[in-house]
Amino acid sequence: MSEPFYKLWVYLAAGPLVWLTATLIAYQIGRYLQARTRGNPAANPVLIAVILLVLLLARTDVPYAQYFAGAQFVHFLLGTATVALGLPLWREAAMLRRHIGPLLLSIAGGSVTAAGTAVVVAWALGASRATLLSLAPKSVTTPIAMGITEKLGGIPSLTAVLVILTGVLGAIIATWVLDTAGIRDWRARGLAAGTVAHGIGTARAYQVNPTAGAYAGLAMGVNGLLTAIVLPYAARWL
Amino acid sequence: MLEAATWLLAFQLAGEAAARLFQLPVPGPVIGMVMLAIALMAYPALADRLRGVVDGLLSNLGLLFVPAGVGVSLHLGLLEREWLPITVALLVSTVAGILVTAFLMRLLMPAEDRR
Repeated sequence: MSEPFYKLWVYLAAGPLVWLTATLIAYQIGRYLQARTRGNPAANPVLIAVILLVLLLARTDVPYAQYFAGAQFVHFLLGTATVALGLPLWREAAMLRRHIGPLLLSIAGGSVTAAGTAVVVAWALGASRATLLSLAPKSVTTPIAMGITEKLGGIPSLTAVLVILTGVLGAIIATWVLDTAGIRDWRARGLAAGTVAHGIGTARAYQVNPTAGAYAGLAMGVNGLLTAIVLPYAARWL
Repeated sequence: MLEAATWLLAFQLAGEAAARLFQLPVPGPVIGMVMLAIALMAYPALADRLRGVVDGLLSNLGLLFVPAGVGVSLHLGLLEREWLPITVALLVSTVAGILVTAFLMRLLMPAEDRR
């Protein structure tokens, strides 16, 4: 790089503008690629954006902390978006009240299955204790999961990554798994996606069907609530 | 738009304050979500003012996970060491979780409400 460009880069890389813009551009590229593949779940925009940004950071030798100082403004909105899920939750309130038992049991069953099988399988294959503790809350949305892991003594930033990997994986395979299993009810499909793949599954569900999206949002909220309450007690046996 | 953003942030703040104040095990934004749903039951008219911003936020939900996801660059060493247990655990648990949730719901929902 020539001298004036290098100086410009050093100046810009220190501020939030470049990283904020890069995050949005990377996500737009992901959305563009997904549109080009006619909504193929494998072309997940979150996955594509993360890969592009990790490559960019490695190429420019910028530490994650410096990137996050800029991108945190996007990260912050995760909390606001969680609050916004109150609207679809309210829209489904009548159905929720009528079927509170079945819905809670389904979400709790899926949540325990996801967390339990993950920990048991990882343990059987020789994962470290820190990984096991960071793996347990992976089906819950990021801010909740990071808080839980901190309490358990895992690694919060590792949990964030596992949460997002789970979300991306869930969003990619949910359609196929549910089709293969012959589940056609949009409510059940949304509930499953939201329980296991939290906000990323919910984003995918919204894209496929609004009813599925509402149930995914509901499941994401309820699962977050249940896991935050139950897991600190369950983890004593780990 | 400004009004909706103000409402959402106010509920987020209220949720955060309640979580700290009463030392609830649940994170603030989840409390804020429940508070918003309750407020909408009392004032359904609020929904029309929120709709635009909420739909915009929720249809781009994926974007908000990207900054935390890039944190994968911090853990490449650990992921390389433990890639097998982590990959298998994520795959098995995701498939199992999806199936159990969906089948439980199909099993437990009353027949007249099945679609």
